[in-house]
This record gives sequence, C-alpha cells and structure tokens, in this order.
Amino acid sequence: MNVITKIHLRPRGKVHVPTVTLAHGGGGKAMKDLIDDVFVGPFDNPLLAPLDDQARLALAALARHGDRLAFTTDSFVVDPLIFPGGDIGKLAVCGTVNDLAVGGATPLYLSCAAIIEEGVAIDLLRQISRSMAATAREAGVAIVTGDTKVVNKGACDRLFITTTGIGAIRADVDLGAHRVRPGDVVLVNGLLGDHGAAILGARGDMALDAPIESDCACLHDLIGSVLAAAPATRFIRDPTRGGVATVLNEIAEAAQLAIEIDEAATPLRNEVRGFCEILGLDPLYLANEGKIVVIVPEDQAPQALAAMQAHPLGGAASIIGRAVAGEPGRVTMQTVFGGHRIVDMLVGEQLPRIC
Amino acid sequence: MRYVDEYRDRAKAQFLVKDIERLVAGTKIAEHRPLQIMEVCGGHTHSIFRYGIEGLLPKSIELVHGPGCPVCVLPMGRVDDCVAIAEHPGVIFTTFGDAMRVPGSRKSLLQAKADGADIRMVYSPMDALQLARNNPSRQVVFFGIGFETTMPSTALTVLQAEREGIENFSVFCNHITIVPTIKAILDSPDLHLDGFLGPGHVSMVIGTAPYEFIARYYKKPMVVAGFEPLDILQSIWMLLKQIKEDRCEIENQYARIVPEAGNSPALKAVAQVYELREFFEWRGLGSIDHSGVKFRSAYARFDAERKFAVPSVKIADPKSCQCGEVLKGVIKPWQCKVFGSACTPETPLGALMVSSEGACAAYYQYGGVKRRLEPAVQGTA
Repeated sequence: MNVITKIHLRPRGKVHVPTVTLAHGGGGKAMKDLIDDVFVGPFDNPLLAPLDDQARLALAALARHGDRLAFTTDSFVVDPLIFPGGDIGKLAVCGTVNDLAVGGATPLYLSCAAIIEEGVAIDLLRQISRSMAATAREAGVAIVTGDTKVVNKGACDRLFITTTGIGAIRADVDLGAHRVRPGDVVLVNGLLGDHGAAILGARGDMALDAPIESDCACLHDLIGSVLAAAPATRFIRDPTRGGVATVLNEIAEAAQLAIEIDEAATPLRNEVRGFCEILGLDPLYLANEGKIVVIVPEDQAPQALAAMQAHPLGGAASIIGRAVAGEPGRVTMQTVFGGHRIVDMLVGEQLPRIC
Repeated sequence: MRYVDEYRDRAKAQFLVKDIERLVAGTKIAEHRPLQIMEVCGGHTHSIFRYGIEGLLPKSIELVHGPGCPVCVLPMGRVDDCVAIAEHPGVIFTTFGDAMRVPGSRKSLLQAKADGADIRMVYSPMDALQLARNNPSRQVVFFGIGFETTMPSTALTVLQAEREGIENFSVFCNHITIVPTIKAILDSPDLHLDGFLGPGHVSMVIGTAPYEFIARYYKKPMVVAGFEPLDILQSIWMLLKQIKEDRCEIENQYARIVPEAGNSPALKAVAQVYELREFFEWRGLGSIDHSGVKFRSAYARFDAERKFAVPSVKIADPKSCQCGEVLKGVIKPWQCKVFGSACTPETPLGALMVSSEGACAAYYQYGGVKRRLEPAVQGTA
C-alpha cells in the first residue's frame, strides 16, 4: 500500500502568544497548535502530515536505495542556539545526515524531537524549524516524525533537539576502519576547526572581532562524488567533537596500525590559526561540522582528491598523511618545525556544548 | 601568519641544530654525561613537546622540565580551600579553565561545579570583576593563580575594584614567585643542572636583574627565552656557547618582549597590593620560604582568605608521587613508579600530570609513551 494515500487534510493550528509556556507541553490544544505552527508547517511533507504516532515507510521504496539500512541518532545542545554559519536546527539536520553519509548511506528520513524550556520565544523556534526544513529540503531528506516536550525553567537550556536518521547503503559500498591498510592515504575535504572556533567566538567570552563561520554542511553529496571517483575508499568519518586528532586515533586503534600526518599539509584558515595561537588551543582537536576524514588506497588518492576539490564543499581538500605499519594505535605528526610528536586522544580539555 | 611563521622556520631550525651539535661536541662536560638544561617555565615545556624539539637535539643534551607551571604546583590543601569557598552559599567562584581539574583531597572544582557550586571559567580577572558589578547581591571570588606573569593583572583588578568601591569582589590569592623557587632547586643536593632557560613571560614583568645571583653565586648560565620553537632552539644555542666559553651570564634571547628592567607600572601595582608570605607550600617541592604573596592589610577586604572561613589544612602529596625528583631532573617522567598507570591526565595523582604544561602530562600527551587505557569519557562541565 502506498502510504501517501493515507493523507487526509485538516486545518493547521497556530500559536498566538509570544513565548512557550508549560501549556504548550500539556497535550492539549496549545501543544497541537505549537506542533502545527512551528514544526509541521515548515517541515511540510505527506509522511508527517497525518501526525500519527509513527511515520510509515514503504520497504520497497527503501530497498531501491540499497541492501542495508543505516540508522543513527544524535542530540544537539549547542550554545548559542544561533551562531555564525548556522544554528541548532541546521546542525541537527546536518549532523545526522552526515552520520548516515559517512557510512556510505543515502540519507532518506529524519525524526525531530525537541525539548523546549518554558519562556523560549515562539519566533526563535519558528526561525530554527524553518532552518531545519530548508537544510533538510536541500539535502533531499524528509522529517517524517517527531516529538515535543516543554520543561520547567532551568530544566534545560532553552532548546535541545534530537534527530534520528534512516538511510540505505548501496550493495557495492563497504566502508570500515578494519579495511584500512598500511600505505593508505588520509585526506580531508577542507579547512579544519571552523565550527569549534565559530562557537567559541560566538559565545562572546573572548571579545575577538574576527568572525569565523561554522562549516556546518550536509556532506552526502560530496561523499557520493568521492565514492564514485575512488570506489575502493576504505573508510570515512566526520571529525566533529574531538576534531581530526580524535578520529585519527580511533582509526589507528580500530585498524591496529599507525598513522603519520604532516602539520604543514593540514589546511587551516588564518583566523582559526590566530584564534588557536591566542587561546593555546590545538586546531587538530577543534570540532568540525562540514568535514570528512577519508582513507583511500594510494592508487586512488589522486582521484579522491580531485573529486573533493571539484565539489563546492571540498575546495581546500588536502592529503594530510598516511597509514603505516607501526605501533598499533599511534598517531604521529611531523611538525612544521621539523620535529615529530604524538597526537593523542583529547583528555578532558574539550569545550562543552559545541554541538 | 606574521610574528608566528618566522619563528617556526624549518630551515633556520636545521641550521641552529647543526651548530648546537657542533658546540656540544666541543664541550668538556658532554664527554662524561649528558648536559642537563632546565626550562623553568611550563610554557616552554609545552612548546618543546608540541614541536618535537627534544627529538631534534643531540642525545648529549637532556632537557629537564622545571617547576614553572602554577597549576601543577598548587598543593591539594589550597584546592580544598577553593572548593570550600566555592561551596559557600551565594558565592560565584571564578577561575582560569586549567585550574578546574586539579584534584583536591575531596574533589576538584569541576566536581564541585557538578555538585551545584556556581563556578565559572573566566579568561581575565577583569571578567570576574564584571560579574561582581552585574551581580551585586552575590559574592564574586577570583582564584588568583600564577607567577609574576599574572600577578599584575590581579593587582590591577583589585585596584580597579577599590576605585569603584566594589565590595562584593575578592581574590583567593595563590600567586607565587619564581626566584625563591629557582634558588630552592639550586640548593638541592642531588642536582646536576648545567644551565637554565629563563621564563620569558615572568621576565617580561620582573626583567632580568633578579636572576643575577644564579650566575654570580651558583655559577650557572641562564638565557631568558621566548616560546616559539626557534626561540627555544636559539636559547639552547646561546646557553651552549656560554658553557663552551666557560661563561656564566644572564642573557636575554627574548629581547623583543622582555625589557632588561621589566615592566615598571606592573611592578608598581604588584608592590602596592601584595607582600611576601613567610613561606608557601608547593606540590612536589614542599614548603619554600618567601615563595608566595598575599594581600597587604590595606587590601584585606579583597582577600577571600580573610572574608571566608577556609579550612587551610595541609594535605601531604600522595606517597607514590615522584614529582619532586622529576622537577629537579633526577628522574625522567616515565621513570616515575605511577606514570601512566595510577597517574594519568584523566586521574592525575601528581602535580606534573595535572596541566598540559606539566612535564608528565606533556610526555603523556605528546611524548614517548602511548597509553593503553579505555577511551576517555568525553565531554566535561
């Protein structure tokens, strides 16, 4: 049965007060109005519209995209809610789309669960949900189910969003850290650390006036280009919290080999470098929301690099290092200065609430 | 990037390393044992590891990572005092971020925050003063920590609070001074140091004259050094030249920042606000005479130690810790019994594992030994 035939049109509610109150979480008309006005309207799609307790997805339609389901979830608590280059809504869509895409999946459906603190402005919620809707539309995914809770003042900080995603993986795609071999090449698709620096800058604590924009973006199209150009690609991951350093450590640990990177080849924006110099941060540990670390066999590295550089989200792509047969789990870097050092996992120095 | 890249030039580094190799080969001491050079300042320790400088140097030069990380040398009892103040009802306790994880005997500030104390990270004491202006009904306490580098900014903030008549602001003063500490290290019987890299940022405030006794009475050379990797290499080169030529002088490599006479407005503010304590307790080194400062009685109302009842209990360093021996260069960090096992950056036992400027933490993070532990639970605060 085609799920679309289940739609029956009904009039949508609208909120007429400026801020969210506990009444909007009470299960009655106020809640329905909030959901209609803020979420269902902007998300506008036939699978969501019936507002049943679940979205019903046709298996046959899913199977056209691949032979395995990819299923992931992520919560977003970023502070501030709106920052240069994005907002919590855009982040919540991109984050989950990317978690699907780095496994080689075509992202298809998202859920959206919002926990809202009483007192939040309705207009702010509308702005954020419109941003979610626009990001999802551009990414070709539909937000098909959701939930809303309103909590007492102080029980959460304004707005937390959880998105869950479903995608399908093509039969010929198989990505995994276990496939990485000595000699493989490590690439990134562009300038590192923008998101972490943007969030820290946006908090205003630093009184720095160099605006750094978050790199927040959906990466499935870029990943599609890379996989087409370098079909033997071994592994892809998005270096979000903990940055590139953490992802490389995870790969080295999982693949039981060593990774060597070259500091001179790690692409960094001058503003981010300056930011890190002033604050004593290491850009390798700063979060990214529009970057991927890709590992490919050496003979396909030129194709992967060219595919990235030809894509709007990969202009500054670079080969930053390679996997080697060395002490399992060790990541080392040749510094710009000519020395070598270990790049270890982050220990507790991370900035809180960056995504 | 200007003022950064020129101090990280690989070709210049190779040139310096070659000449360092030449100098050390012609040094008498190096024929019998490695030359030991101590960098006093934690900022140098961090740069040395971050840029892999140790690996560039000939094996006959050993860098000894000194006591110059104020977070590391803070004793447990003082952390307990911080927690006690922070847990006072109505207090907003403000601190630099790297002091949050320092373990006390009961808990760290990070744990106290999780337990409900209002503890906030600031980047400057002026941020704490602004919090006091914005919250007139609360008591705002700033955790004053650091050597002469941060001492003036705390003093100037107190003077500003006095001018504005702000009564709900005070400082828990843990500022320490570098010179008595270098002296304590020089007086230690098990010491073989051949020279010092002097602390650049401290010297920016106090100048170079206070170090003269090191050359005159202890016959050790010192070069006040900057923090970029080329600064450090050039300073080592200058030290080796002194050793080779049998000179003992206080030289200034960091002249672009450090005036010989120091910074007189900063020194004036320091002299106006603080006086020396009879002694101050250091983690790993024990009690050192005249190594800390407290507020003069004219500024008693800004002194959190007088404003709040603090336990002031002395807590001994854990017995298994060998921080003192590492600090003096007697053993290397990885030779400590608990390095990487009982003592890690996640659960530091000893001073030097606490901050990223501590020698053990730097070794652990960037250096020789790869840990074999469960992945750390990420996400703090």
